[in-house]
Amino acid sequence: MTRFHRLLPYVGLATLAVAGVALVGLPSAVVRSEGVARSVRVEASTFAFTPATIEVDPGDRVTIELASADVVHGLHIEGYDVNLTADPGQPATVSFVADRPGTYRIRCSVPCGPLHPFMSGRLRVGPPSTFWRAIALAFIAVAVGGLALWRKPAGPRVRLGPA
Amino acid sequence: MMPIDLTRFPFVRSILVARGPQLAVQLAAVAGLLLVIAAGLLGTPVGSRNPATVLVWIAWWAALMIVAVPFFGRLWCGICPLPLPGEWLQRGALLRPRGRGRGMGRPWPRRLRGLWVQNAAFVIVALFSLPVLTQPRLTALLLAGLVLVAIAISLVFERRSFCRYLCPVGGFIGLYAQAAPLEVRVRDPRVCADHTTKTCYTGSADGYGCPWLVFPATLTSNVSCGVCLECLRTCPLDNVAIRLRPMGADLRRSAPVRIDEAFKSLVLIGSALVYAFVLLGPSSALRAAAAAVGSPSWLAYAAGFLLVTVVLVPGLFLAATRLGRSVGRNHLSAKEGLQRFAPALVPLGLAAWAAFSLGFVLTNASYILPALSDPIGLGWDLLGTTSMPWTPMGGTLASWALAAIVLVGLAWSSRHVRAVAEDLAGGVRMAIPVWGFSFLVTAGLLWVFVA
Repeated sequence: MTRFHRLLPYVGLATLAVAGVALVGLPSAVVRSEGVARSVRVEASTFAFTPATIEVDPGDRVTIELASADVVHGLHIEGYDVNLTADPGQPATVSFVADRPGTYRIRCSVPCGPLHPFMSGRLRVGPPSTFWRAIALAFIAVAVGGLALWRKPAGPRVRLGPA
Repeated sequence: MMPIDLTRFPFVRSILVARGPQLAVQLAAVAGLLLVIAAGLLGTPVGSRNPATVLVWIAWWAALMIVAVPFFGRLWCGICPLPLPGEWLQRGALLRPRGRGRGMGRPWPRRLRGLWVQNAAFVIVALFSLPVLTQPRLTALLLAGLVLVAIAISLVFERRSFCRYLCPVGGFIGLYAQAAPLEVRVRDPRVCADHTTKTCYTGSADGYGCPWLVFPATLTSNVSCGVCLECLRTCPLDNVAIRLRPMGADLRRSAPVRIDEAFKSLVLIGSALVYAFVLLGPSSALRAAAAAVGSPSWLAYAAGFLLVTVVLVPGLFLAATRLGRSVGRNHLSAKEGLQRFAPALVPLGLAAWAAFSLGFVLTNASYILPALSDPIGLGWDLLGTTSMPWTPMGGTLASWALAAIVLVGLAWSSRHVRAVAEDLAGGVRMAIPVWGFSFLVTAGLLWVFVA
């Protein structure tokens, strides 16, 4: 085995790591200098947010009005430090600037019943590029695992099964 | 990396052979189980406040899938409290062998051996999992039911037939324990061949014959070894070792795995996909259907679950291996294609479950301390943490952490797929369709985790 072959797995892993960091850290959209004001009314009831996905553009000033139809619900956006609670019949409002592109999970922050841990939605800021970055990484993972990390076993090959 | 024999270190060996430390951990696990059952039956019905749901489905499940199985294999099975009351009754002893015990010791029916019953048990439990993991009372009833079934099986059938052939979690752990860097193996099989009494299987005054119905000299994988340590105690020739080894060492076996094991691998991949989509995905209607057991929407969910896990995923994988056979110019039968390639999916399946479990625990771990502080919902504050607020952990990096785990699993599986294809003289061309299948599974998981 040559020195190159011995180093190949490490080169593969390093490639995956570098590509991963690059893809995750790549700016996904240009933040507009002047976003528009967007208001969204989110209704929370029986373990669901409606709408389940809020789509805005980077730089927008977003106002969310949370209205609860049954019991007390909360709305927490991971990565944006947004948290509000609404009693039934008493909507609550919060505003923030969507200055970080990407997809962020929205969760209910107040225990509201059996399916509370799974009550979630999404805030999408800008085009849905996160998934495609992950897919690009998946291609690299297959290449690294199937090509770079695989090494022919030493000694004569044992052939399994019919040819 | 050469395996490191841990039992060569006298201190480690003495700890492992002694029954006291293992029994102490087992008793603690049984006490924990009783607490969980009591809290589930008597405590608050709010799932996020009750130790039954919080300790079992957030703390224990995450610890099992993220730490115990990937790094210690079936070590959990050696201390699992579910079969212990039955085993103690069967043996009539807590420690060393003492007389005949109370079990009838019948052999498990030949037709029910293998993993098929376990596969069915897993799928049945999985269909009801959403109500179970959100309702403390159902969690308690499920655990108590499993203990009672294990007692009944132990009193009628020999050894740990329950764990080996029935336990819905046991097959799951066994399959993924193949990835773990820990194994129980004999040092020299020739020593076992010459050993006429085979005390590791028949038992002796020092310990019980293998509770898992395995002759240790034939062990080639972790699938059926429960790491109960009995063979370490009963071997008079010091020929049993517990070794550290490279991760995934079991996955390069020269013989094809049994078809039930191959099927298990595919069912678990399909289940991980469905769970991730239902529990972490955007559709609240789907979650509501999964929770409404007995309703028409639940029947549709159950049909969809079975379709994906039992038909669609195995069917796609079969198609991938058949395509690989064609382009790799190999005459492998359909069955052997499944048997050869399915073990290569173990890293991806394990990664899928670990990522799914990590996502769940990062979001919900802050429920653990409040639930422990007021275990029965009586307004207690034993730890001073009852009013601790819910705080999700990880932030936006959590999604990428889940994605990273799945991608490592994909890379690892891709390597094994290539190795199998090369062993079959099919080369890269034979591997490409199976890589495609793994890629599709990964894409589905990534869509849930980061999209």
